[in-house]
Amino acid sequence: MDKYLEMIRVRFLMMLAYRTNYYTGILIYSINIGAYYFLWTAIYGGKEEIQGLSVVQMTTYVAISWMARAFYFNNIDREMAMEIMEGKVAVELIRPYNYLGMKTMQGLGEGIFRLFFFSLPGLVIVYFIFPIRFTWDLGVWGLFALSILLSFFINTQLNLLTGITTFFLYNNAGLIRAKRVIIDLFSGLLLPISFFPGWVQSIMKFLPFQGISYVPSMIFTQGFTTQEAWAAIGQQFIWVIVLIIPIQLLWHIAKKQLVIQGG
Amino acid sequence: MFYVSMFFQYISQYVKTRLQYRADLFVEFLSDLMSQAINLIFILVVFGHTDLLGGWSRDEIIFIYGFFLVPYAVFSAFFNIWDFNERYIVKGELDRILTRPIHSLFQIILERIELESLLGAVTGIAVMVYAGSRLGITLTWYDPLLFIVFVIGGALVYGGIFVVLACISFWADAKTSIMPMMYNISNYGRYPVNIYNKLIRFVLTWILPFAFVGVYPASFFLEKEEWYLYAYLTPAIGVVFFSLSVFLWNQGIKKYRGAGN
Repeated sequence: MDKYLEMIRVRFLMMLAYRTNYYTGILIYSINIGAYYFLWTAIYGGKEEIQGLSVVQMTTYVAISWMARAFYFNNIDREMAMEIMEGKVAVELIRPYNYLGMKTMQGLGEGIFRLFFFSLPGLVIVYFIFPIRFTWDLGVWGLFALSILLSFFINTQLNLLTGITTFFLYNNAGLIRAKRVIIDLFSGLLLPISFFPGWVQSIMKFLPFQGISYVPSMIFTQGFTTQEAWAAIGQQFIWVIVLIIPIQLLWHIAKKQLVIQGG
Repeated sequence: MFYVSMFFQYISQYVKTRLQYRADLFVEFLSDLMSQAINLIFILVVFGHTDLLGGWSRDEIIFIYGFFLVPYAVFSAFFNIWDFNERYIVKGELDRILTRPIHSLFQIILERIELESLLGAVTGIAVMVYAGSRLGITLTWYDPLLFIVFVIGGALVYGGIFVVLACISFWADAKTSIMPMMYNISNYGRYPVNIYNKLIRFVLTWILPFAFVGVYPASFFLEKEEWYLYAYLTPAIGVVFFSLSVFLWNQGIKKYRGAGN
């Protein structure tokens, strides 16, 4: 366990060394939030609410979903692809730890770093620029915290799955990009799942994506009642457990047919 | 002539390398299509809840998006220079480029060509045809010509902005993340500029003229007469911005001393 915690710490420190990159990052996210803010204001026009969300709630939703993204988002799929293509993975495999577990911990270190140096200052900035309303109900914050932690795990597991496919596809830049776009849309980052037509919503219920962004953002904007929030968190938890199965399965097969391309 | 033959030499090399990983190429096509589809889905879903977006109808917005895809595809095929700093300055690759007898920018463009992005133009035209037929847009004989002029103008606007950004590395060798930021700002140009406030509208028109890639030229075909003036400006803005960027590039090359290794 110690070595995993150490990995979180190392990654955190590594990110800290390159922190200037993140100031521009905050700007990028603010610009994104800005674009969607204007778009949503135009979409609402004079309407009081759409699908039970007021325009202020919607703005808050956009802001919080981008800031939460900074926490759960990571590039471990691309890192894995690089390590596998360059053959470094062979060395990783003989080290005395679980490769996938280690990658997850690195992602967590990165996430924690961004939570403190990116999301928090970012939220303060967008709070002053855009009409956003935060709740001061600690219960909501607690549920939100639990929910984004699970978001992180679901997203990371999907990244691990994508990373492992490098063993079979050899070069999967396209797949990695495709995965990212799909997650942006179906996780509810771009627009709340409740805005989709009914039949799409019922399909999404059976997919893990909405556990990534929709659930925590709805909890935060209080679009969910406490009861709904707990049910949604329960679903997230189930997905975390379920996703372990394909990862372990693919990983088991992948290790057996490792091909290093040069190196 | 030499430049033309170099162009085709590079392209044939490029095609060979790309065909090495066919499965990935296929997935890349799919992922491009998917990201375009996702932007469309976004528009469709949004218009499930409203009829007009700043006075523009669903099909008009879809048409603008379709138009935007075409110059964007041309841009991404030929101006894949977002990692110029790391690839050429930090790793010293630019030294290699400079020893060769063609213009450095031209050579970098050729090296980083990504022809598969041109598929986006096909999607874009398909989207425009779909939206255009629903809107009952009629074409005159000069419309296709203007379309080509506008597309080139839009691609030059994009290219100009990104070349200028790449030039920053000549003066400041620190790594910046301005490039990804610009990709985000460019997304503003996909929607009608009148939904933004005055400041952003001004920036999108005169400073980072992304509005000339999407909404302005597209509004010509949508017969929105209040934007005609801007539509006609598209090629001019494209040429001005691109010439400016090439000028800046040449200055930068003169100043370039190499990053050491």
